[in-house]
Amino acid sequence: MKIVYQKSAGLTDVPLHYCPGCTHGIIHKLVAETLVEAGVLGRTVVVAPVGCAVFAYDYFNCDAQEAAHGRAPAVATGIKRVHPEAIVFTYQGDGDLASIGTAEIVHAAMRGENITVVFVNNAIYGMTGGQMAPTTLVGQSTTTSPQGRLRLGQGAPLHVCELLATIEAAAYIARVSVNTIPRLNGAKRALKRAFQMQIENKGFSLVEVLSTCPTNWGMSPTDALRWVEQTMVPVFPLGVYRDIEGGT
Amino acid sequence: MARELMKGNEAIAAAAIGAGCRYFFGYPITPQNEIPEYMARELPKVGGAYVQAESEVAAINMVYGAAGAGARVLTSSSSPGISLMQEGISYIAGAELPCVVVNVMRAGPGLGGVQPSQADYFQATKGGGHGDYHLIVLAPANLQEAVELTQLAFDLADKYRNPVMVLADGMIGQLMEPVELPPDRPAAELPAKDWATTGTDHSAGRRRIINSLYLYPDQLESHVRAIFRKYAEIERNEVRCELQACDDAEVVIVAYGTTARIARSAIAKCRGLGLRVGLLRPITLYPFPVAAFDPVVRTARAFLVVEMSMGQMVDDVRIAVAGRRPVSFYGRTGGIVPTANEMVKQVQLILEGRGA
Repeated sequence: MKIVYQKSAGLTDVPLHYCPGCTHGIIHKLVAETLVEAGVLGRTVVVAPVGCAVFAYDYFNCDAQEAAHGRAPAVATGIKRVHPEAIVFTYQGDGDLASIGTAEIVHAAMRGENITVVFVNNAIYGMTGGQMAPTTLVGQSTTTSPQGRLRLGQGAPLHVCELLATIEAAAYIARVSVNTIPRLNGAKRALKRAFQMQIENKGFSLVEVLSTCPTNWGMSPTDALRWVEQTMVPVFPLGVYRDIEGGT
Repeated sequence: MARELMKGNEAIAAAAIGAGCRYFFGYPITPQNEIPEYMARELPKVGGAYVQAESEVAAINMVYGAAGAGARVLTSSSSPGISLMQEGISYIAGAELPCVVVNVMRAGPGLGGVQPSQADYFQATKGGGHGDYHLIVLAPANLQEAVELTQLAFDLADKYRNPVMVLADGMIGQLMEPVELPPDRPAAELPAKDWATTGTDHSAGRRRIINSLYLYPDQLESHVRAIFRKYAEIERNEVRCELQACDDAEVVIVAYGTTARIARSAIAKCRGLGLRVGLLRPITLYPFPVAAFDPVVRTARAFLVVEMSMGQMVDDVRIAVAGRRPVSFYGRTGGIVPTANEMVKQVQLILEGRGA
């Protein structure tokens, strides 16, 4: 029998716990494939976040450390300094990275820490039940912005890629999404480039992936994919925000 | 090895490198800055790495990562910075990682001041962060002991896979005196770190996962109980305490660190006055030397606890003495170091039946 498709060796056999229609599973798959294709899975350490992806240590088929909320870039720094030959990446959501962990991500980039960050932005706190995130859109209703997020007082979304792209020691910063097949292929290319930066010791790399949260957005999975395209992408433009080698 | 005149903070840093520590993550705060400065200068020479973190919060999480990756790793700070590290320390204890944290205590609460203090005793010995855990807490009273306890701290951390705190104070950190650095000590008889996330291929074996998350209560209870079986072993094996002139003492001063050092002068003065006074000096604050009190309780009339705080260790002394003898307390705080004469006065009041 000819195998036409199989799960990446970069993932374990543990069933994913994510909600139906959530794109974390797709992002896991893309990261896992990237590690296998780059030939680095056997020397990789993942740092799992607090949030929906907290069990990432059960899913990625490599060594893993579970970090406190927001601290994954600091934990990754510790691992990478001890094992510079290892490939170290963090997998973080928008509450973890863009709120409680803002200092850690900015300073890991500032130091040019040779790690890769997979930043999953779904504009809401998923695991805790749909609270407002720093990436929540203006007017978006959440359990803690029931009237819709107010520009003044609650703020407009934090643009992490744009912010980090100003940092000199950041090697590669890109925003992608996985809501259509072409976009998904683009996401894979960005992840490959980000990990390649680390493999070549070029410094800090981050790929922001716009992701869905049908459960907390109160949408069907297909509506959620459309919402990414129609509502999120205009606010969070896709593209390469920094590439020290000038590639795209 | 020859004796060398060193500052306390530098001696601690040199001792750490001698013990095989190759990684330091920290953030500047007075009065411990000579430790990170020494590490920034010396670690690159021995193939290690110094990282100045963006905060103490980040520093302790870098320690978590490095410890989980199998390294001997140190951070140091002073009281307000140690407060910021409590989250990470709880995670390190929960994930059973070995590391050493030096607290060169300064006076609080709040921003407080930069002068010596012992007011972080509760934080160090009773948890500090959230959840059921202990640090092993070592309290040096002079620089030679600071060197020895720093090195011991790394071995204890590795042996028990638990964070160890060296609880010093601004006096120990800033004082200069001759110290003899012991020869470098590789951790010879310690268990291999076969749990460390080294990023090597474990496809034939188990992946290595560093974690403190247990969502099922029965699993979490088992995990915490396993950690506490370790603490029971630590309490059996690792208690350290010094008794001085307690055999015939009517009053026994209980003090640790800088305060104990001053108590020695007070005791000499008392003996000169014909007052029979001794010293019980806990070296491990956790595990607290409870059993060491039993023989002393049988011979002494009263205990006097002296601390640079409003009274923290005195609670543990009262538990150890268990009502068998009166326990008085004398404390100075805010960065004021009690003098030997003040202690003598307190002893005299106790002997006159007017102890506090």
